[in-house]
Amino acid sequence: MEAVIGGIENMIVETMGEHGRPFFPLIATLAIFVLVSNLIGLIPGFFPPTANINTTAACAIIVFLSTHVVGIKHHGLHYVKHFLGPIWWLAPMIFFIEVIGHLSRPVSLTLRLFGNMNGHELVLMVFFALAPFIVPLPMMLMGVLVSFIQAFVFMLLAMIYIQGSLEEAH
Amino acid sequence: MDFFSVCVFAAGIGMGLGAVGTGIGQGFAVKGAVEGVARNPGASGKILTTMMIGLAMIESLAIYALVICLIILFANPYKDVVLGLAKTVVK
Repeated sequence: MEAVIGGIENMIVETMGEHGRPFFPLIATLAIFVLVSNLIGLIPGFFPPTANINTTAACAIIVFLSTHVVGIKHHGLHYVKHFLGPIWWLAPMIFFIEVIGHLSRPVSLTLRLFGNMNGHELVLMVFFALAPFIVPLPMMLMGVLVSFIQAFVFMLLAMIYIQGSLEEAH
Repeated sequence: MDFFSVCVFAAGIGMGLGAVGTGIGQGFAVKGAVEGVARNPGASGKILTTMMIGLAMIESLAIYALVICLIILFANPYKDVVLGLAKTVVK
């Protein structure tokens, strides 16, 4: 367990730098919650909580809100400069593009985790209906891999978004 | 060609096309990663980590297509409209 916490802390310092340390509780909680929820699906008869879109939407909304709250707390009202881009007379167009990009982040986080977990469960259900003895086993092995990778990617994206709102605007 | 058989057809073709693009994209990602490891076997840890992240990003596009196909098949928003219209015809 200490290896997991140490690993997450190393990754946070590596990705976000030293001023990323205060976000370690949030990111570690999200990462361990997503990882354990994904792995619960591998026990036969259990359905992973992250295979429901409400759970993943909740996690994604937390990340979205925390990026903006952290940005406003750190930069004050100059946070709007993040949305305006480097050339001042292109600012209205770039503002819309940046807003759409920012809004697409929780959507993509939600759908990525939900689709991976739910798709895996659907495939397992189909395999159990077709050939219940040996065939689901390779799918469950892939499920272990996919669970770890998706939890890792969720944590990494959360770190990158928070770091993007902490750094100086271009 | 009634509504529901066209739905099944659309879901199959949609997910198939989603898988084509994903396969090509992930193939390029793995190609770059394997070439990188071949040039520099000592950096294989970092290269593998970056490759995993890239693969998960590209995979998420196929997952978006999968979610749309699942919505078409299982949570179709026009199902009630079509069933209501079918009732008025069959009478």
